[in-house]
Amino acid sequence: MPSLKDLKVRINSTKNTQKITSAMKMVSAAKLRRAQEQAEAARPYAERMEKVLRSLAVSMAGKDNAPALLAGTGRDQVHLLVVMTSDRGLCGAFNSSITRQARKMARDLKANGKQVKILAVGRKARDQMKREFLNEIIATIEDVGKPRLTFDSAAKIAQRISHMFEAGEFDVCTVVYNKFKSAITQIVTPQQLIPFALSSANENADANAAIYEYEPDEEAILADLLPRNLSMQVYRALLENAASEQGARMTAMDNATRNAGDMINKLTINYNRTRQANITKELIEIISGAEAV
Amino acid sequence: MADQVHFELVSPERLLFSANVAEIVIPGVEGDFAVLAGHSNLISTLRPGVIHILETGAQVTDRIFVEGGFAEVNAEGCTVLAERAARVADIDRNKAEQALADAREDLQDAKSEIDRAAAAQLVEIAEARIAALGTSTY
Repeated sequence: MPSLKDLKVRINSTKNTQKITSAMKMVSAAKLRRAQEQAEAARPYAERMEKVLRSLAVSMAGKDNAPALLAGTGRDQVHLLVVMTSDRGLCGAFNSSITRQARKMARDLKANGKQVKILAVGRKARDQMKREFLNEIIATIEDVGKPRLTFDSAAKIAQRISHMFEAGEFDVCTVVYNKFKSAITQIVTPQQLIPFALSSANENADANAAIYEYEPDEEAILADLLPRNLSMQVYRALLENAASEQGARMTAMDNATRNAGDMINKLTINYNRTRQANITKELIEIISGAEAV
Repeated sequence: MADQVHFELVSPERLLFSANVAEIVIPGVEGDFAVLAGHSNLISTLRPGVIHILETGAQVTDRIFVEGGFAEVNAEGCTVLAERAARVADIDRNKAEQALADAREDLQDAKSEIDRAAAAQLVEIAEARIAALGTSTY
């Protein structure tokens, strides 16, 4: 049976923990709002980019000289996995769900005789992937969202990817990140970046898409547009990830705060019982002592 | 008004400009072009340069510098997607000149073909930014 003092110490330390977790929750809530706003602000650009790209892709469909970023290299031997996680922990299953998916993909690819390369974005991606795929990790990029996530930092990553692609270091590039659905649910999403796959959500719109004049020609525009689109896709994934991270942390810290509360209650009951038992014991000792006299 | 065109300038980080205006002059790669209501559908890439906005059509009301991007014109209006854009009035001449000097230095130091192309592009952007500070031709 723990002494009164032990219990008091435990209660106090749990209270301190609770203070920290609830503060972290509050901070995440504020950051989540900002991240969501940023993701919201990026939407118009992404939507228009996709629209233009779609109409271009349609008019390029019949031709066989499409740029490699759109058509691919014609092989799928070497795969590049861009694993996006956060730099910090304490955000529930956020990081481990991404790396679990990435590990599974890497294993499947290897089982099919493909070569896998991994670009880790975020410290946690490297830490959790290196146990199994140490030799596949070609680089780690850290502190992307510091002090603020900007388009430039996304563009830098995209540039790196496209340089590697031009150098023929891989054939297919897939990014793994968490898509933000709500503060409680995030969906692990693998998305293929190269060759660029247009989502087929509103394919019907293609049929009545307006016919455009192109200046210069389609190919030149496409060649200009695809690298931009790559940056945009990376930026978008980073934004979604940032929002998801904060959401996951908020939920995790909310749970932790509640758990700490429960624990404090239990410990307090225990403490009070022990104190009462001590008092009763002392009284019995005094009374029996008095009776003996 | 019927003879206005809806113009939007969008960057990845936010919507920079959205309004109905009479005329916009856009720096396309193959030369500047003006967009008025009823313009035919067009997609064009941009060179680094200045977008002139003529709200009523009589004179330039706003000048925005873009580092490149592309423009889409259709029946709904005109949309410019630019990765980086700034009002000409907000450009700091000293900083712009510094950027140009840096870019020129990079161009001289560039070793590989890819580096040289990237540096040359930066020089072009920096030169266009300084040119934008000059008087408008519209």
